Amino acid sequence: MMEIRFTLNGRAVTAMAEADDSLYTVLRGLGISSVKCGCETTNCGLCTVHMDGQAVLSCSIPAPRCEGHSIVTLEGLQEEAKALGGCLADEGAEQCGFCAPGLMMNVLALAKENPAATDEEIDAYLAGNLCRCSGYMSQRRAVKKYLAMAAGEVRA
Amino acid sequence: MASYRNYVMAQTLEEAYALNQKKSSVIVAGNMWLRMCGLKKQTAIDLSRLGLDKIEEREDAFVIGSMASLRDVETHAGLNACFGGVFARAFAPIVGTQFRRGATIGGSEYSRFGFSDVSAVLLALDTRVVLYKRGEVPLSQYQTEAWDRDILTHIVIPKGRTAAVESVRLSATDIPILVCAASVGADGLRLVLGARPARAMIVAEGMKPEADAAAFEEIAQRTAFGSNLRASEEYRRKVAPVLMLRAAMNCIAAGEEERA
Ligand SMILES: Cc1cc2nc3c(=O)[nH]c(=O)nc-3n(C[C@H](O)[C@H](O)[C@H](O)COP(=O)(O)OP(=O)(O)OC[C@H]3O[C@@H](n4cnc5c(N)ncnc54)[C@H](O)[C@@H]3O)c2cc1C
Ligand code: FES
Ligand code: FES
Repeated sequence: MMEIRFTLNGRAVTAMAEADDSLYTVLRGLGISSVKCGCETTNCGLCTVHMDGQAVLSCSIPAPRCEGHSIVTLEGLQEEAKALGGCLADEGAEQCGFCAPGLMMNVLALAKENPAATDEEIDAYLAGNLCRCSGYMSQRRAVKKYLAMAAGEVRA
Repeated sequence: MASYRNYVMAQTLEEAYALNQKKSSVIVAGNMWLRMCGLKKQTAIDLSRLGLDKIEEREDAFVIGSMASLRDVETHAGLNACFGGVFARAFAPIVGTQFRRGATIGGSEYSRFGFSDVSAVLLALDTRVVLYKRGEVPLSQYQTEAWDRDILTHIVIPKGRTAAVESVRLSATDIPILVCAASVGADGLRLVLGARPARAMIVAEGMKPEADAAAFEEIAQRTAFGSNLRASEEYRRKVAPVLMLRAAMNCIAAGEEERA
């Protein structure tokens, strides 16, 4: 067991981790239930969190590597999550909803990195967030709506 | 799930190298692949605190630290301006943005996966790998070697060639069925085929920079392809000349644009 200190959603935390734990395991241990593991092959995007402001796959980040870093999950972005969740619901983009937490974290990263993303750029940025229900068109509409809304708020 | 007794954040390359000489140790880079391997090891050696994530532009070459992510490389303005934008295009189909922010260029090149888009592009560009003990080795040689216990510290890409890449996938973000990277430089056109499904290799060099369909057909006929779950040998041989043609045309056009 080792002790790992990092910032989680703005608060300093200390967690105990095994040598082979991932950030995902540690977050679940800390009661962060928005983060889920959807695959064993590092390619579904469901476990996405922000590490130092960038979207990463928590299932593949070795826990000891988080020492001193800042981790943000959907729990720490309630306001943005509410607005984006509304867009997804309005466009019928959530069916089983299982993919939503990872998708939302990546959309929120996109909104910071490329707030005026084109359709093509949206598709490319979110290609690593698999969804088995929506067919992606409704998700793209929702993301466009959210980006426009977020840009409006910045201007206002 | 991997199983490790100790997780060591290496403080120096010498420490990492010394620990890695034991069969009971394993190097951890992006961990994207390793995570799936289910290895049971005594010691995991983490390279993330060694400052190996930098991309440096020198007068005649780019020097990329092995821990730079695929995303760092594909979004690097200098690299893309110099080599015809090939990295952005070549890496875009690899899983997703979060994935490529984790996967490293060194982990990709050490692994030398047959399906690697990364190896195919780097081979088209006179790349050399820098190994901690052995020093610099041409990638064309490294590609043919077995995995060893040295540490890949940097990737050196000399300036002077423009490249383009084409791949075929069963579905977006899946691993490729076939990759073709083409480049033009002072010695003419070079073609690399990867995901044959064996490791990428140079299949033609010093050709006239022309879209010579008959020559590409002839290259496909003499190149070794194989069958696997994703595609048959025959399918790969049929598709290869088309990819060579497209990649060649694109890199010739990009080269002309750069000179204009
Ligand atoms: C689901 C999935 C899909 C993929 N699809 C594609 C694709 O379409 N195209 C493509 O090109 N690639 C693909 N890859 C491969 C990926 O791009 C990376 O090449 C791979 O994950 C290895 O990089 P890493 O940094 O994650 O290395 P790790 O997983 O950390 O390590 C891989 C191996 O390399 C060793 N190693 C790592 N770094 C070094 C070093 N510096 N020196 C010595 N040894 C080292 C490790 O010990 C380990 O054996 C895919 C991988 C996965 C998991
Ligand atoms: S759980 Fe699927 S990518 Fe992390
Ligand atoms: S809504 Fe069911 S997986 Fe996306």
